[in-house]
Amino acid sequence: MTVRVQLEDFDAGAEISRLRLARKDIGAVAAFIGQVRDLNDGLSVSTMTLEHYPGMTEKSLQRIIDEAAQRWSFFDALIVHRIGRLEPTDQIVLVAVAGAHRQEAFAACEFIMDYLKTEAPFWKKEQTPQGERWVEAKTTDDDAKQRWQHESQ
Amino acid sequence: MIKVLYFARLKESLNYSTEEIDLPVDVSTITELMAHLAKRGDTWAALFSGKQVVRAAINHEVVPHTTVIKDGDEVAFFPPVTGG
Repeated sequence: MTVRVQLEDFDAGAEISRLRLARKDIGAVAAFIGQVRDLNDGLSVSTMTLEHYPGMTEKSLQRIIDEAAQRWSFFDALIVHRIGRLEPTDQIVLVAVAGAHRQEAFAACEFIMDYLKTEAPFWKKEQTPQGERWVEAKTTDDDAKQRWQHESQ
Repeated sequence: MIKVLYFARLKESLNYSTEEIDLPVDVSTITELMAHLAKRGDTWAALFSGKQVVRAAINHEVVPHTTVIKDGDEVAFFPPVTGG
């Protein structure tokens, strides 16, 4: 299980290949890439700056993977999240999960993303023609996380 | 002595990110620390008087505001997260 927080871009293809080729009993890899949009809440976004809480971020991401591993059986999971200054079409985050079958890989990948959105200490600030603004947390992200809590009951 | 960290909108409004505080005798929980900080002035009051949603972490774990702070703890305040 790997967690990385970095300024640099990542090669999603290479990251996924490394995960996929690590074992011959892997039958499925599910991956998600989040990228910067040039439009958010009605304003065009020229750049985005991502801040985080060094130390807590890594622990938080690791714990999210651990929670996923308690729910589903999979072989390996990877989270790479970027920080610093990003532009539209830049990659923000990669989550990839390798397992024996697709159901576990899909579910764990989505669970990890839903928890990352609401628990991992990252904050986005957007630069727009009207000036800078901090991105507001969305209730739909809380709803997405709640869904998993209902399913476990 | 505790360490207090501020992130994102809070760090920007207060114009600094970290400080060390000797816990006053009447402060033992996150709620009480926030009330203590809110007395520092208008900017602090706007952030810590309960009008804005502020999350708290102790030693890298998000905690409810009723949690008791211990000497040597690292306390962090930040807005709801927006990564991913």
